[in-house]
Amino acid sequence: MPPVVVLVTTASGAADEVSLQALTLGRRIAAGGPVHALVLADEAAAAGLGDWGATEVHVARHAAFTRAAPDAAARVLGDLADQVGAAAVLGPGTEAGNTILARVAARAGLPFAANCTALTLGAPTTLTRSRWGGSLLEEAALHADRAIVTTAPHAIAAEPVSGVAAPAPAATVTPFDARLDEADLAVRVVDRVPAAAGGLSLAEAKVVVSGGRGVGSAEGFRPVEELAGLLGAAVGCSRAVTISGWRSHTDQVGQTGTKIAPNLYIAAGISGATQHLAGARGAKKILAINKDAEAPIMAAADYAVIGDLHAILPAISAEIRRARGA
Amino acid sequence: MATFPSRAKVVIIGAGIVGNSVAYHLANLGWRDLLLIDKGPLPNPGGSTGHASNFIYLVDHNKEMTALTVESANQYKAWDVYTTCGGLEVARTETRMNELRRRMDSAKNWAIDDARLVTPAEIAGLVPYVDASILVGGFYTPGVGVVDSLRFGTLCREKAEAMGALTVFANTEVLGIGVEDERVANVRTSRGTVEAEYVVIACGVWSPKVAEMAGSHIPLTPTVHQMADYGPVPLFERSSKAIEYPIVRDMDVLMYERQDGVGIEVGSYAHRSILHDPEDIPSNEAAALSPTEFPFTQADFDPQLEDALELMPSILGDERVGQKYAINGLIALTPDGMPLLGETPEVRGLWSAAAVWVKEGPAAGKCVAEWMVHGEPSIDVGQSDISRFHGHQKTRQHTKRRAFEAFPKTYGIVHPAEQYLSDRPLRKSPMYDWQVAHEAEFFEVAGWERPQWYRSNAALVAKYGVQARPNEWDARWWSPIINAEHLAMREAAGIFDLSAFALFDIVGPGALESVQKVALRQMDVAVGKVVYTPVLSEAGGFKSDLTIMRLGRDHFRVVTGGAHGMADLKWFRDNLAPGASLVDQTIAYTTIGLWGPRARDIAQAITRADMSNEAFPFGTCRIVEMGSQLVLASRISYVGDLGWELYVPMEQGQRLWDELWAAGEPMGLTACGIGVYGTTGRLEKGYRAYGMELDGDYTIVEAGMAPARIKAQDFVGREAVLRQLAEPPVALLCTLTVDDHASPRTGERRYMLGRQPITTAAGAPITDAKGRRSYATSAGASPSTGKHVLFAYLPPDHAVEGSHLFVQYFDELYPVTVAVVGARPLFDPDNLRVRAASPAQGAVPA
Amino acid sequence: MKVLVGIKSVPAVAGRIALTPDGRAIDTKHLGFAIGPHEECAVEQAVRLIEADGGEAVVVTLGPASALEQLRDALALGMTRAIHLVTDGQEWDPESTTEALLAAIEADEAESGAFDLILLGNEAGDSADYQVAVRLGRALGRPTITALKGLSIAGGVARCEQEVEGGRDVYELTLPAVAAVLEGINLPRFPSVPGRLRAKTKPVATSEPARPAQRLEMLRLVVPQGAAKQAQVLGHGPEAAPAVVGVLRSLGVL
Repeated sequence: MPPVVVLVTTASGAADEVSLQALTLGRRIAAGGPVHALVLADEAAAAGLGDWGATEVHVARHAAFTRAAPDAAARVLGDLADQVGAAAVLGPGTEAGNTILARVAARAGLPFAANCTALTLGAPTTLTRSRWGGSLLEEAALHADRAIVTTAPHAIAAEPVSGVAAPAPAATVTPFDARLDEADLAVRVVDRVPAAAGGLSLAEAKVVVSGGRGVGSAEGFRPVEELAGLLGAAVGCSRAVTISGWRSHTDQVGQTGTKIAPNLYIAAGISGATQHLAGARGAKKILAINKDAEAPIMAAADYAVIGDLHAILPAISAEIRRARGA
Repeated sequence: MATFPSRAKVVIIGAGIVGNSVAYHLANLGWRDLLLIDKGPLPNPGGSTGHASNFIYLVDHNKEMTALTVESANQYKAWDVYTTCGGLEVARTETRMNELRRRMDSAKNWAIDDARLVTPAEIAGLVPYVDASILVGGFYTPGVGVVDSLRFGTLCREKAEAMGALTVFANTEVLGIGVEDERVANVRTSRGTVEAEYVVIACGVWSPKVAEMAGSHIPLTPTVHQMADYGPVPLFERSSKAIEYPIVRDMDVLMYERQDGVGIEVGSYAHRSILHDPEDIPSNEAAALSPTEFPFTQADFDPQLEDALELMPSILGDERVGQKYAINGLIALTPDGMPLLGETPEVRGLWSAAAVWVKEGPAAGKCVAEWMVHGEPSIDVGQSDISRFHGHQKTRQHTKRRAFEAFPKTYGIVHPAEQYLSDRPLRKSPMYDWQVAHEAEFFEVAGWERPQWYRSNAALVAKYGVQARPNEWDARWWSPIINAEHLAMREAAGIFDLSAFALFDIVGPGALESVQKVALRQMDVAVGKVVYTPVLSEAGGFKSDLTIMRLGRDHFRVVTGGAHGMADLKWFRDNLAPGASLVDQTIAYTTIGLWGPRARDIAQAITRADMSNEAFPFGTCRIVEMGSQLVLASRISYVGDLGWELYVPMEQGQRLWDELWAAGEPMGLTACGIGVYGTTGRLEKGYRAYGMELDGDYTIVEAGMAPARIKAQDFVGREAVLRQLAEPPVALLCTLTVDDHASPRTGERRYMLGRQPITTAAGAPITDAKGRRSYATSAGASPSTGKHVLFAYLPPDHAVEGSHLFVQYFDELYPVTVAVVGARPLFDPDNLRVRAASPAQGAVPA
Repeated sequence: MKVLVGIKSVPAVAGRIALTPDGRAIDTKHLGFAIGPHEECAVEQAVRLIEADGGEAVVVTLGPASALEQLRDALALGMTRAIHLVTDGQEWDPESTTEALLAAIEADEAESGAFDLILLGNEAGDSADYQVAVRLGRALGRPTITALKGLSIAGGVARCEQEVEGGRDVYELTLPAVAAVLEGINLPRFPSVPGRLRAKTKPVATSEPARPAQRLEMLRLVVPQGAAKQAQVLGHGPEAAPAVVGVLRSLGVL
């Protein structure tokens, strides 16, 4: 089989989960052929990639890669693909991955399919990709000699090689000579503004308590905040809330907001529109509190309480206090 | 959740404002074992109640609608879900201002006494964000309010459940309705089949679809009403209440604006008519918003925005005030604009409670419940009775065409005689082509085209010196030709096309018992007798008035007006005794009226039969030969002159008409329109009309129609009539004449059209001991006396012949005199003409 | 300042997505259409720029005749004029979309000067291709940045911010440039009545580009059969609180 190239994005010496998912898909379509992984600068992250199916790991070394430089990244990824004669170039369907792979395709004058959930190389290549935050799938044909795609986050489980066969052969790690022009460096991070201290990251919170249109007003969020405080949870909301100006967009859970993956998601007064559920798909358990026992959220929830959140949330908070006081 | 029942006394389908209200009132009246289902979730199942604007304007020109609205407002208030905020209807034009003056007349009729006209300056004081400089004035009703219709529905359910009367299942879709022996038997739902004695369809815009499952018809069409919310409004952010300012109806541009918290809701009836089918409405799951909130079509709304901006520049001209939410909300429109209440004529036990808006919901629910439990509602909802429709009116196409025409008139200025123009001609009488050739001006009733007058008779106007009406409103849908035709009839004879009559035969061994039960008058009369009789409800109100001919021992023929004929037919059918059958003959026979001093001469000219008074007295009927046909001739008159109603098979009508015309023209026979038959002829003869003088609110005693003695046989309403006769009446129907037609304001001569308040000299309303206002139940010319005549019920102290009162017309007072108390005719009080013993009285009217 | 915003008219889906019988499109019989959420913010951003600095903000869309309504929406929000590239309703893949936009941009720039900034939504609300901005930037030879949550312009330089783990990455792009923004970069206004009325008379130029062969060819759409859960109802109203706390305990979040 012709070689496959996979972009692996990393943070602090570790590949991110979605990249490992891309690598898993890359390995499958390579079907025993070589799987080239490209890592940008982060040497520490390179070593372990053999476990995830990379046969060769290329580490692009350039000062530009200490911070995001998407054109530069695209340049080296495209060069690597050309160099190894890749039949497919994959990357993670994250903001960083999508913009880099889109740039690879634009430079090469090739089509690009973002957020794939399945891929079969051929003439044409056929694939399935995610739309509407996963509420809809598209089956498409990709008419190109080289398939350039990203994988939809969490659509394919990352699978270590050792999990399926005998111990993985260690991947060779080689530096990749990044040849970059001035133009490739025009778009790069010049500064990093740290986030204000405090505040729980919605994306990483283990418990999220959200309110929707049913909360009724900005002040109506007080019982939501109270319960979140008691549970050490982040506060979220639906898009209806942010466009009403009741809460900032940073709290928005959804297709165009934050995609969350808590152990427990408490959704109060949220009907469960496609837009919202697209952001809550990663939650392990969902507790819905809603007046309408047949709201769409109920089809996604594990637990439900029927009734007015303004009565129910304070009762839960009181019950928690009582339980703790006892 | 409880298990879904397999039986219920009543299954109510639809948990909107109407279904909830029906459920509560049935429970409150003592019925148990009620099941309320809706395919959507609760408390808002996704019907039109969920997006209703929820405001209640109290004054309507229509008596029945006002009664339903006022009763509903009282129910909302009793449960504390009514926020009084006041309501303005503003006029940008003098024409609209006149309409608002007319609204003052209606307000006085229906006792909405806090309503008043306001100046632009007063409007600016009430609603500071209105640019009053573009206004001529307004009509202000302080009692207007906004209700919480979803909360009301919830309270209905909770109360009925607390009585142990009601079980509620949401998310339960109706899949079918089982009918056995023309009676409803069961409802098939997504949760199982439930057997039921009664089924109530309260499904709003879905009702036609559900009715069709049972083979019945609920003719309404889902129609778009656009609404948009703008905000936040800085002024409202400082409001102490959610609704601090009166609602404004900007009548001339067919829009309304109302405060809703910090926003302002703008609603419009000004856009094109956008009609849908019930089948177009998505499921709750497939709908982006609610099933009855269709995606907003901005392009339809944009043209209205300029008008809204012009009225409220300080709010809507504020760049920070944005359009936050907008929908094409579905509302239900019917072929004639009235609700659809009552048992469907097709299926026994299947009831309709549809085409009801939030402002009528609680009262409509109460009326339907009372009707089911007691056999009649406490408010006369005759105009809303679903059994009123003729076949064509039940079709989708007709319903849509009429709704399409009516939608833009939602805030329109609708003349009381205004005709629909769409979907015509629909029913043509056999004489239609003749009438077209004689330039008939056609009005429509029950689908029939009827000549109101004939333009070919224009020359008679000069001959009789009939005055035109100077005011355009008074003269609209009217012609001086009517009065001229009238006088020609009184001078010689008139011929009338009465094809629109509804006719049905009651036959079989139980026929006499059947008509006895329905008719107030004695029906055990000789064969060949014609009886004019009131038809009453159990409570003693009028259900109809009509004539019945006894054609044989076991054969009676009922003749009644087309407009109300189908409801009468159902009433007779519902009251059939064992061994009796009802046969609808409406389209089998046409009716030709021939009246006037020369009527006998004309009839006699084409028949061998003896038409003399001795041989053919008043109040009898028989079959006679006229030319080459057998004609059922009935000697009665609704215009108070000598003559006959002549019944022949439809296809022979033109032939009979031709023969009468040929014989009569040399004797001065004139073709007369319904303007004579329905108004001028009857008014000067003191003849009452159902739906005008006669309705559920008044008695035969008050109407001056009580027979000398009440028949011994039982009939519907007998107990009530005996009670009525035992009490002195608190109102009497009188004939009033207008003394001075000059408008105090403009000096123009004005002619009242009916439904105007009768007042004292000070303009104070007159109220009888039962709280009913005196108003002109009918109005029109008496060409024979040269007077303009009003009928009105007056309390005894005012019901004195010769006493002087006033009629209020467009908020001005005109002096009137009580000419007659009781049923005595103003013209020919001794009825010499109708009983004319000798041919050709020859008396030329005064 | 001359700004271009590309928008897409997308179905306003809510609870459940239904497809047309051929499976090639969302059944929009019961749906309205709206500007994609990210693009709504792009429009807001552009309007703020010209409100602050003057100039003109042009909105462009590639879509069927009905997409005019979304162009009018954008004009109501304060865009200056519109370009409608009218399609027959078929989807265009991102490469052909780019080509159509590029031709329109080049024509407009030839007529009235270069756009200082071209703003797009980060990804289309429906097809979510994540690439038109990048392709446009590449074709025009202008620096391009995506996933923006912050944007300010001073002295011919655009300061662009992305939200990343732990803070914000800042880029500085010399204008002219191309940027794709994310919802949340601002809170878009609602159209005012005067805005609506002005929109009626603002110019909309139309053309009908030819649809080339699709290299990313949509074959059909599929609604994933997610296993609908049967939520365990813990109770009705506040009385359910103890049951809820029981569940919180069992999940180890208490």
